Amino acid sequence: MKANCWYGKTVMRVEEVPDPQILNQRDAIVKISSTAICGSDLHLYNGLIPTMVKGDILGHEFMGEVVEIGKQVTNLAVGDRVVVPFPIACGNCFFCKSEMFSLCENSNPNAWMAEKMFGHSPAGLFGYSHLTGGYAGGQAEYARVPFADVGPIKVPDHLTDEQVLFLSDIFPTGYMGAEMCDIKAGDTIAIWGCGPVGQFSIRSAFLLGAARVIAIDEVPARLKMAEDGGAETINFREQNVYEALMDMTGGRGPDACIDDVGMEAHAPGIIFAYDRVKQAMMLESDRPHALREAIMCCRNGGTVSVIGVYGGFIDKFPMGSVMNRSLTIKTGQAHVHRYLKPLLSLIENGDIDPSFVVTHTMSLDDAPRGYDMFKNKEDGCIKIVLKPDVNGNGNAVVH
Amino acid sequence: MSTRENKQETNQSVPRKSNNQNGTQHGLPSGNAKRLATGLGWFSVGLGLTELLAPKTIARITGVSEKRTGLIQLYGLRELAAGVAIFSQKNPAQAVWSRVAGDVLDLTSLSVACLSPDAKRGRITFATANVLAVTALDVMCARQLGNGGHKGIQAKAACIVNREPDQVYAFWRDFRNLARFMNHLESVEESGDGRSHWIAKGPAGMKVEWDAVIVADEPGKVITWRSLENSDVDHAGAVQFQQAPGGRGTIVKVNFQYNPPIGVVGAAVAKLFGEEPEQQLDDDLRRFKQVMEVGEVVVSDATLLGNGYMDQRPGRPADAGELEQAESVPSQVPTNYESTEGRASQR
Repeated sequence: MKANCWYGKTVMRVEEVPDPQILNQRDAIVKISSTAICGSDLHLYNGLIPTMVKGDILGHEFMGEVVEIGKQVTNLAVGDRVVVPFPIACGNCFFCKSEMFSLCENSNPNAWMAEKMFGHSPAGLFGYSHLTGGYAGGQAEYARVPFADVGPIKVPDHLTDEQVLFLSDIFPTGYMGAEMCDIKAGDTIAIWGCGPVGQFSIRSAFLLGAARVIAIDEVPARLKMAEDGGAETINFREQNVYEALMDMTGGRGPDACIDDVGMEAHAPGIIFAYDRVKQAMMLESDRPHALREAIMCCRNGGTVSVIGVYGGFIDKFPMGSVMNRSLTIKTGQAHVHRYLKPLLSLIENGDIDPSFVVTHTMSLDDAPRGYDMFKNKEDGCIKIVLKPDVNGNGNAVVH
Repeated sequence: MSTRENKQETNQSVPRKSNNQNGTQHGLPSGNAKRLATGLGWFSVGLGLTELLAPKTIARITGVSEKRTGLIQLYGLRELAAGVAIFSQKNPAQAVWSRVAGDVLDLTSLSVACLSPDAKRGRITFATANVLAVTALDVMCARQLGNGGHKGIQAKAACIVNREPDQVYAFWRDFRNLARFMNHLESVEESGDGRSHWIAKGPAGMKVEWDAVIVADEPGKVITWRSLENSDVDHAGAVQFQQAPGGRGTIVKVNFQYNPPIGVVGAAVAKLFGEEPEQQLDDDLRRFKQVMEVGEVVVSDATLLGNGYMDQRPGRPADAGELEQAESVPSQVPTNYESTEGRASQR
């Protein structure tokens, strides 16, 4: 089959690899109809996540048709159309029973690596380095899905791929980012980052009852999409974020702040240079500008929700601000399985149509070009969907 | 998930034979032996370079015929390799033993050189005495390093399993199950009377076998066992099961001890555990938890050939050859696997 493989910093190749096999009894093989490039894939693309091996297949947002099932998968049948959550969860351990699926204790065979890095291991993830299992990803024609009796959700035929594909990651991730804010009627929510996850956080915050959402980014196309979703916007290249937020909230600050950016934040001026240099010199692995700013801007007693991905260590963390002002920090990789059914109902009821976020559709063959485009935000690129069954011509269908 | 504890801590629940009270020492070589090895390493590098670059000088000093400079240069390369090996290994016992082999070769060459018509006997005798002295140092150092490496492999680890203590106990009590998650074991067979026959996998297809007997057995609480008196391998183990508070399953604590004899069997056992026996036991318990909670050992594409760092293959499907190779890694291969409907018809 064809698969999009990582070969080093900003080097991706679509190559022919063996088809996946059933390896555990609760596996299924899915023939992929649509898969997407995630913002967190760019951290791998930019070489910032350790424990990658040349030849690793990337991709953790995918859906398709079940073509083979292991002996113990009784809830799926060959031919079912399913969306696959990006964390791999066994359904039997303490954390799965507690619905914290991205913390599954049994799905990361490389847990020892993660324990060295993080103290304890999170769940295994598709196509996201060996630290989280070394599972082949979904930017391919087929994927092996472990614990297929727990993860994949069947989706109705009348919904298009673009409407349901993002149940795999960015919709539940954006939603959990907003849910962690514990939104009360009348709340103002500030959101750093208007990438795909940020877009879903904006819409989820409104769905959860926020009165006002203020979105922060620098890319005009993203800010426009945020405004389309009902948010007020701040362009951090044009305005001082803290001053703008204080002005908009009468000096109190937003009730909750969501970091939808993570480890590769961009910022104006000297602070960005400081973090970029430290990151390049391996003195800190992550650039936490958005997180620092979210903490400083949040109102007293408010909540900072961190859903953007961090990989390692940061410095100049304003702990004094967190402690003295009674802030609550909530964070985590999305427990996707928990949100599949409720969010699918929202889509079916027409409360939200996730396909709004797609700006480009390409053949899987053109994935390397897609990564480059997404990284450089060319051509208003916000979200790319890859189609394994379409032949590549180097072009994208622009939506 | 699982916790590791200080390996030097002793645990009273591991039964020990009286003749192995010293077995609790940790497995790294003593400082003196290590320092001596470093000295010998530098000696190798120095001598090797001289032999390589100034073979005629060496021939003159040792009294060997100057026609032999090619051989001397070759021995220089060997010395350099031994030096590099000593510096690159955490426990350089093997590298120091390779120096001993080199010494024997040198001594043989010197006695052969003695027969040559243009040999200078006096100088050769002086050189031989020097090589003998170095050989004695090498043997002493290698033995000290070797003893340290083979003595008392001890490991301790714990995990928490989302099952009742009775269920976890019952699975462990059937010792045949241990080989399903313990990488170093090939099989354990029960032979009745609380006795069992253990086969561990040594390097290069070698097998290490011993018989064990259960010392204590309290259902749902603890099992301890140790090898029989006449075994090649002195092994003892204990597993405790504790009900976790709040109905959160069972805390499983395992202690292992191997006191392998000096020699081939001992070296094989040492090799089984490598430099991090605790990490191995930790990984074993992770697989144990998977088998208990999920029903089988969970594998990813990368860990098909074992989950050590060196074993990792890329996160992509394996080809037929790699899948076949994976089947030779017993604990990595799913248990009772049966294929479902033929894929050919599906694709």
